[in-house]
Amino acid sequence: MKELTYAEAINEALDEEMARDDKVILMGEDVGLYGGVWRTSVGLQQKYGIKRVIDTPISENSFVGCAIGAAITGLRPIVEIMYIDFITLALDQIINQAAKLRYMFGGKVKVPIVIKTTAGAGKGNAAHHSQSLESLFCHIPGLKVVMPSTPSDAKGLLKSAIKEDNPVIFIEHKLLYPKKEILTEEVIPLGKAKIVRGGTDITLVATSNMLYKAMDAADILKKDFNISCEIIDPRTLSPIDFEMIIGSVKKTNNALIVHESNKKAGIGTYIASIVTENAFDWLDSPVNVIGGLDCPIPYSYVLEDAVIPSQDKIINKVKEILEKG
Amino acid sequence: MPEKINITKDLKVDFFKQMYTIRKFEEKVKELLPLGLIRGATHVYIGEEAVAVGACSALNSDDYIVSTHRGHGHCIAKGGSLKPMMAELLGKETGYCKGKGGSMHIANVDCGMLGASGVVASGIPIATGAAFSSKFLENKKVTISFFGDGASNNGTFHECLNLASIWKLPIIFICENNGYAITVPAKISTSVKDIAIRAKGYDMASAIVNGRDVEEIYKVTSDAVRRARDGKGPTLIEAKTYRFEGHWIGDPQVYRGKSEVESEISRDHLLDYEKKLVKENILSVSEIGSVKRKIEAELEEATQFAKESPFLDASKVADDIFS
Repeated sequence: MKELTYAEAINEALDEEMARDDKVILMGEDVGLYGGVWRTSVGLQQKYGIKRVIDTPISENSFVGCAIGAAITGLRPIVEIMYIDFITLALDQIINQAAKLRYMFGGKVKVPIVIKTTAGAGKGNAAHHSQSLESLFCHIPGLKVVMPSTPSDAKGLLKSAIKEDNPVIFIEHKLLYPKKEILTEEVIPLGKAKIVRGGTDITLVATSNMLYKAMDAADILKKDFNISCEIIDPRTLSPIDFEMIIGSVKKTNNALIVHESNKKAGIGTYIASIVTENAFDWLDSPVNVIGGLDCPIPYSYVLEDAVIPSQDKIINKVKEILEKG
Repeated sequence: MPEKINITKDLKVDFFKQMYTIRKFEEKVKELLPLGLIRGATHVYIGEEAVAVGACSALNSDDYIVSTHRGHGHCIAKGGSLKPMMAELLGKETGYCKGKGGSMHIANVDCGMLGASGVVASGIPIATGAAFSSKFLENKKVTISFFGDGASNNGTFHECLNLASIWKLPIIFICENNGYAITVPAKISTSVKDIAIRAKGYDMASAIVNGRDVEEIYKVTSDAVRRARDGKGPTLIEAKTYRFEGHWIGDPQVYRGKSEVESEISRDHLLDYEKKLVKENILSVSEIGSVKRKIEAELEEATQFAKESPFLDASKVADDIFS
């Protein structure tokens, strides 16, 4: 039983998978000697050498494409994109190549690549270093999208992602790196959600860092209003575990989805539509979604706080849903 | 140009056969498209055959190539079979990609053809990655990345030349400079007359070859392949070529004059090479005739095969997204 931070858990997953399979390589900006801006690759270059832990030039589209080319010819690359904002530079390779190569070629190739990156606001980095772009990747057939919220999930899911023969976008949250936990050490398959807390009145589906806001909100809702929330962390956003979510909604008859990315055309509204299509007769209220404001992430903490979903917003929305219902 | 690379008579015959096969394949494609048997944007390689044939002949069967939207010639030159190629263009289940890829995504992974790419310059990083994995695995395989003059203005070209140079990758970048990026002439879109000069900025070896001279292309590529295999790093080869046809079948070609096109087509390297083989007593006129008839018969057979093959059942449309 050991307590590790989210960053250390990710580092341990990388270490264990690199030790297990010598075809696993890691490339990205500053991942080598420095150990990554988020400290998730600390010590790996020292342990596995510059051949397997590679500092790249600032050429996102090309080093991601290079990893894809290596993936279809026998390696199992992990690529780090320092901030998810920079992944936009590599969208051609991710969307047009990684996601489609196997399909376009009639199933002739496998693309075992993990693109690990960091999303989220909260550090005053403003519009170019704070976005939550997970919905963008959920929209693309051929990609799997993982968004862990705990150290145990981060480790277990990253290990599964590295073993996966398909492209995985693995999205960490920059506020979660210091979060500590005694690791459960379980293998976590992609596509399986988790009921974080059982409840009876409403299902809260919360992703990544929003899980903690949902849990804090649920504490207050229980204590002050005697409202019992069931909280589900999807963990993998594509493919998403609708069975667990719909099962929960059929029990609680109400649902609220909370994520940091903005609501418009996002993963939350997609979850809401599938839940509504499949559990309409069980619903006492419309399925609601709280996302970030439809606004770039601003700099000052006053403005940044105004964009990101808050605990109060969750509490008020749950009360509103249940009062109407 | 390296002089010591010898070209055998058999190889010369093979050059001719492959170039003739590509020419006839593309003519057949031009014939089938208006009939509705082939659909979508289709880019034929007529005029540029010598580049793919000369370059791919310098490779081993397990070496890699990554192709472009104008990829039929590369696929044939890398050992692709006519039946699954034509079947793919007709969208059939027996095609290389089961009818899911078509002209712009034709791939034959089994013979090292890692796919065409519908996005200009997007294949260059993939090729760089194939070379990266060969170096990592120490399997001595070499990769050729084909692209055009238009792609040489894209960031991936510059980024990948840099990556290949710093990592000394076993890759040969072959720029098929046909003078036009769809309709835009190189002279108004490209900062240099010779794209090969861009290699200097990445401390990379380079060469300019006559894209109509299959033997020169073979020799220069062979030299680059040997250096790549020996761990001496990448090369940029610029082949000056010309597409006899429009960018795609049906291109009205308003961007280039009729006299220019006629003058270029009048210098047909395929006819010249045929004459050269006769002159060098490698093949007689009648032998050339029988080589041609055999290729034409194979092509007819492939076309028939493609026509008779079934489409993949629509119930399987979403197969092959994930492994």
